[in-house]
Amino acid sequence: MKQKLEIKGGKDPNVVAGDDQEENKVVKARASQKYKEGFVTDIESFTLPPGLDEDTIRQISTFKGEPEWLLDYRLDAFRKWQKMEQPNWAKLKIPEIDFQAISYYSSPNANKENAPKSLDEVDPKLLETYDKLGVPLHERERLAGVAVDAVFDSVSVGTTFKAELEKVGVIFSSFSEAVHDHPELVKKYLGSVVPSSDNYFAALNAAVFSDGSFVYIPKGVRCPMELSTYFRINAINTGQFERTLIVADEGAYVSYLEGCTAPMRDENQLHAAVVELVAMDDAKIKYSTVQNWYPGDENGKGGIYNFVTKRGNCQGKNSKISWTQVETGSAITWKYPSCILRGDDSSGEFYSVALTNNYQQADTGTKMIHLGKNTKSTVISKGISVGKSQNAYRGLVRVAKKADNARNFTQCDSLLIGKSCGAHTFPYTESANMTAKLEHEATTSKISEDQLNYCLQRGISEEDAISLIVDGFCKEVFKELPMEFAVEAKALLDISLEGAIG
Amino acid sequence: MLKINDVYAKAGDKEILKGLSLEVKPGEVHAIMGPNGAGKSTLGNLLAGMPHVEATQGSVDFLGKDLLDLEPEERAAEGVFLAFQYPVEIPGVNNMYFLRTALNAQRKYRGEEPMDSAQFLRMVKQKIKDMNMRDDLLKRPVNVGFSGGEKKRNEVFQMGVLEPKLAILDETDSGLDIDALKIVSDGVNQLRSPDRSFIIITHYQRLLDHIEPDFVHVLADGKIVKSGTKKLALELEEQGYGWLNQ
Ligand SMILES: Nc1ncnc2c1ncn2[C@@H]1O[C@H](COP(=O)(O)OP(=O)(O)OP(=O)(O)O)[C@@H](O)[C@H]1O
Ligand SMILES: [Mg+2]
Repeated sequence: MKQKLEIKGGKDPNVVAGDDQEENKVVKARASQKYKEGFVTDIESFTLPPGLDEDTIRQISTFKGEPEWLLDYRLDAFRKWQKMEQPNWAKLKIPEIDFQAISYYSSPNANKENAPKSLDEVDPKLLETYDKLGVPLHERERLAGVAVDAVFDSVSVGTTFKAELEKVGVIFSSFSEAVHDHPELVKKYLGSVVPSSDNYFAALNAAVFSDGSFVYIPKGVRCPMELSTYFRINAINTGQFERTLIVADEGAYVSYLEGCTAPMRDENQLHAAVVELVAMDDAKIKYSTVQNWYPGDENGKGGIYNFVTKRGNCQGKNSKISWTQVETGSAITWKYPSCILRGDDSSGEFYSVALTNNYQQADTGTKMIHLGKNTKSTVISKGISVGKSQNAYRGLVRVAKKADNARNFTQCDSLLIGKSCGAHTFPYTESANMTAKLEHEATTSKISEDQLNYCLQRGISEEDAISLIVDGFCKEVFKELPMEFAVEAKALLDISLEGAIG
Repeated sequence: MLKINDVYAKAGDKEILKGLSLEVKPGEVHAIMGPNGAGKSTLGNLLAGMPHVEATQGSVDFLGKDLLDLEPEERAAEGVFLAFQYPVEIPGVNNMYFLRTALNAQRKYRGEEPMDSAQFLRMVKQKIKDMNMRDDLLKRPVNVGFSGGEKKRNEVFQMGVLEPKLAILDETDSGLDIDALKIVSDGVNQLRSPDRSFIIITHYQRLLDHIEPDFVHVLADGKIVKSGTKKLALELEEQGYGWLNQ
């Protein structure tokens, strides 16, 4: 019993109250147990000094050996950004961010060159880092059937299975490489879904983005394996601004996974990414995220500020974009993966589990913009709030005048664990077409004493019971994840739930 | 097997059990009857270790262990099973997965190997057949959308899978139609064995036509006020509880 209490309360009963130092040690030890990705890789790196002006941007562009048009694109975005103001959201308490105190470029290669040409050239320390994170990059131990692009701070350190993918015409590379190897594709689609003027953080990203992944699936090709990017923030006081662009040509299919972690630090770190998806006629893109950025400690110190703009353009007829996300990390999460349903008969899906614990804040949801005829969207959102955290769903369904027979089904469920947390649902609908059919369902529930007792009586411990009940609550979303990811997502939830009762 | 010694217990803030004693030997079936609010469910909850019931005096010995000293999940693993009067729903968790989690948690406590899903499936399929129940029960989320009778059946099915040493059935017969009553009592009878005991809480003597008890007790105002054999249940059915006070 004693041992169990320990875990629940997050405090060691043997520690004398008031003995802060001792207690801190205990808390730290436990916290590190909890966030096992919280280690720092000790590696020589090249980092730009903090600060942001046009010179910073020119420098980034020079390091990457970028063409003129891209530098112009960045500078244009920067000028737009300077005229914008940091948004103030109702449900998030965001401390003022000092953009001059952040470094905008950090590369684990001391010679400031770009990514190594092959995986053999990658620093063993980096390979070790990804091993530790469970994403092996070595030839021998690679994840079966999953190609990985590994992004470390501002650069991609390697992409696996490239040659195999090239055989079927699939382009999967770091963004920087794509700029060199496929400039016509990048130029055509960069900013086509999320323009640099879209919002404050999208503008900042367009100005300073460092790396990310680029995917192109040619006509009629079903990508033979899952593609994934693993983002890792390592350097201190740096922001990560990656950019992902995925284009599925007519009749193409791709399933893409995104994972992310960062070391535990007392300082907050900024992550402002942009993801753009384009689906042509009959193309399907399935985009899954397991977001596990460092959430800060139990007192709300440290953690990642995660401000992400993700948007998919269902440009073609009968195209489909599906977002699935499991969000357990970050001190603050602000993101609304969205679909623009432009093509007739196109469909968009959003499946989300967002868990917040301690002092985490999440404001997440989706926008489904129906422009084409017979367009369909489905939104399933599961919010779980624990501790003192605040969890908000914000969704917009908009039906344009010409979008005859648009259909939307939205279901938002919130689960509260404990008494000091909050769940909020803000569904917005705008319909300019009489034929639209929009359905919305929302529930808020708590894990009841009776449910816990029932599990206990059958021999299931309280922690396992909560995990079981939460797992059941998230069922509809988990089943949308690729298998390996579903297992990881479930394990992550369990870790994040630790100390949920006390 | 079980020895309850002059126990006083509170449910919430209210003292409900007031000096209750009862001994159950291996293989015995004890029926407990008594008016509404007498404390029958409270007794079941006390034995199962439900947190809102707290013993203030007395002791309970279960197979040589001080039962009141164990956590509820430990009691379950030691072999105490409570079929709830009002089984709860757990959305999204399929019944079979729930049961496997429970069984393996109990096995782990007892130092036994976990059962893999293939083994478990085989065992569960056999049980459900033996117990004459429909196997869609397995795939559905725990008690969600179950009819009252289905919930009770599910409790008995879970008991069959978990094979407890002491099973407490709290009004498992309430709300059952005639066929379901037969299925449930057959399920119980199949499980009867020389080293498994039952405490059956019921309001109706008809259940005892199907499950023959060794003893019948009347619980009123927090204690056992009368004990007897099956005949006592028939008397109660005819005369109600009023005469006990005279
Ligand atoms: N958590 C609680 N807090 C306060 N009082 C409680 C609590 N649980 C039960 N009681 C009270 O204890 C008394 C006994 O309840 P109990 O459920 O044990 O009765 P019972 O004999 O099972 O009755 P029934 O035949 O109606 O099922 C009742 O008066 C009930 O209101
Ligand atoms: Mg009762």
